Parts: sequence; structure tokens; C-alpha cells
Amino acid sequence: MNGVHDLGGMQGLGPVNPETDEPVFHAPWERLAFAVMISVFAGGNYNVDEFRHAIERMSPADYLSTSYYEHWLHAMETLLIEKGAIKESELAAKWAKLGKGGA
Amino acid sequence: MAKHRHSEPPSDPALRIKALESLLTEKKLIDPAAVDALVDTFEKRIGPRNGAKVVARAWVDPAYRKRLLADATGAIAELGFSGMQGEDMVVVENTPKVHNLLVCTLCSCYPWPVLGLPPVWYKAAPYRSRAVIEPRAVLDEFGVKVGPDVEVRVWDSTAELRYMVLPERPKGTEGMSEGELADLVTRDAMIGVAKLASGKKKKTPKAGGLKSRRPR
Repeated sequence: MNGVHDLGGMQGLGPVNPETDEPVFHAPWERLAFAVMISVFAGGNYNVDEFRHAIERMSPADYLSTSYYEHWLHAMETLLIEKGAIKESELAAKWAKLGKGGA
Repeated sequence: MAKHRHSEPPSDPALRIKALESLLTEKKLIDPAAVDALVDTFEKRIGPRNGAKVVARAWVDPAYRKRLLADATGAIAELGFSGMQGEDMVVVENTPKVHNLLVCTLCSCYPWPVLGLPPVWYKAAPYRSRAVIEPRAVLDEFGVKVGPDVEVRVWDSTAELRYMVLPERPKGTEGMSEGELADLVTRDAMIGVAKLASGKKKKTPKAGGLKSRRPR
């Protein structure tokens, strides 16, 4: 299917803007996202094609306005919920708890 | 399509990944500590230095170069580099008449074992959209001048194939050792968004290739 991820040839998205002396991860949370991703993969929860497809199903506005590792976050959450490994309500409870400074 | 979600995720991605990690750990679905060493390897050891060694070997050893262009996965594995996102490698060679450029228009496919994890610009919309429609303008932004008589070939990754560019060996490097040659090779040259400077006069770019040459 086509979609916003199919960016080849699209115009108006601006200059490339490479970063000088770019670090591998830009923040500790990106490193953690990578670690969780590898760990979830190793657990056989989904395959790489499902993962890519979960990113491709993002809403176009979200896709273009969020970063690479935020795409990963979205895909991990989406697939783990769809496959029944976690419940959305459990995740929302964690968000609420951590947002208040809990663990 | 994905089911509509009832709860909006928090805007802070750090909170969001901590929440997911905490939940998955409670359910014993993951063990991030177990992969910490692997992540560390990606952060510190796997990177464009690996690809640079492949390039230098190809420059000094014509038989290796031939194997690399015929069966990149096998030839790269000879130097000990293989694994995730490098299972099906293709190496494309720059010549005085051909300049190769790599992109993944659909996502962010990149040859991890030889180049490490991709830079942000490679994964972002501007590069992915423009590399295939105006590669010469993109190259110009990176400071790469490609003459009108030179063919630009853009390679868009598929779900399986991962590409790497074999840059031209710079002039004036005839007497250099393989190790010295590897030090000349930058990440950007192996993506195709840089040309390599001659080994002699100019200050040599770091093999990490993290310096942008884009004029601002």
C-alpha cells in the first residue's frame, strides 16, 4: 500500500541538514528504546516486516512530525497491544504513574 | 489499519519508553540488561571503521575487490563483519564515470555491520524524498561536485538488500599501507554523499566520517 512513508520523490520537505559530530544516540532514552527493541525482537514477539508495517500505519501527520525512535516506540506499543502481550490500559496506567514521578 | 487508541501517549518519549520497559520487565517479556552489551557494541564498536577496512582491503587487493563486487556478503564476512541488517549486502563501485548514492526511501535501511547505526539525516524525510528525484542537488548540498559527464546511480534499499559504496581511491595514496588507507575512508563516502580527499596534503578526515561538509 502507499502512504506517507513512501517518501521517494516527494517535494517541499526542506534541506537535508546533516549534523556535525553526530552521536550514535542523542539521548539516553534513544539508547533504551534500542535495547528494548532488540530485547523484544529476541523474545520473538513480532518480526521485522510487522514492525515496519506498524510504522507505515502511523497517521501521516504523526509520521512526519516525530523522530525515528519515536516511530519505533509507536510500533512497539502498537504491536505488543495488538498481539495481546500487553494491554493498552496497563500501559496507560504506567504512563500516569511515571508522569507523577512513580516507578 | 491499527485500532484507534483510547489513550494518548505522553509527549515525552523518555517517559514513554520507561513505561514500556517497566511493563515488559514486570511481565518478564524482556531483559534489557541482557542486551546492554550488544547495545554498547553498537554504540562503541560497530561503525564506519568496519566499512573503511573493507574499502581499504578492496583497494589493495584486486582479488578481494572482485569478490566484494560479486558477493559482498561473503567478502565482508571474510573480515569478520556480519549480522543484523547486513545479511544481504551489495557493494557498488564509484568510478570516474559513475557516482553511486544510497538511500532508503521507505524507511531507514542501512548496513549496520559495516557502517553502524544510521545518522538522523539519513532516516529523515528530506534526504529520503530528495535523493531519488534530485540526487545532484542533494550531493551539491553535501559539497560533492559531480560533473555532467558522470552518471549518478541512486540505490534505494529493499526490505532485504543493504548497499555500501566502494569509493574511488584518492590520488596520491600509492605508497600508503592498508591501515593508512582505511583511515582516509569516511562514513559519508560509503553512503555516497562525500568524495575522499587525497591522502597527502589536506588534513585527513576521520574514519568516523562524522564531519559534515555541507556549506551552511
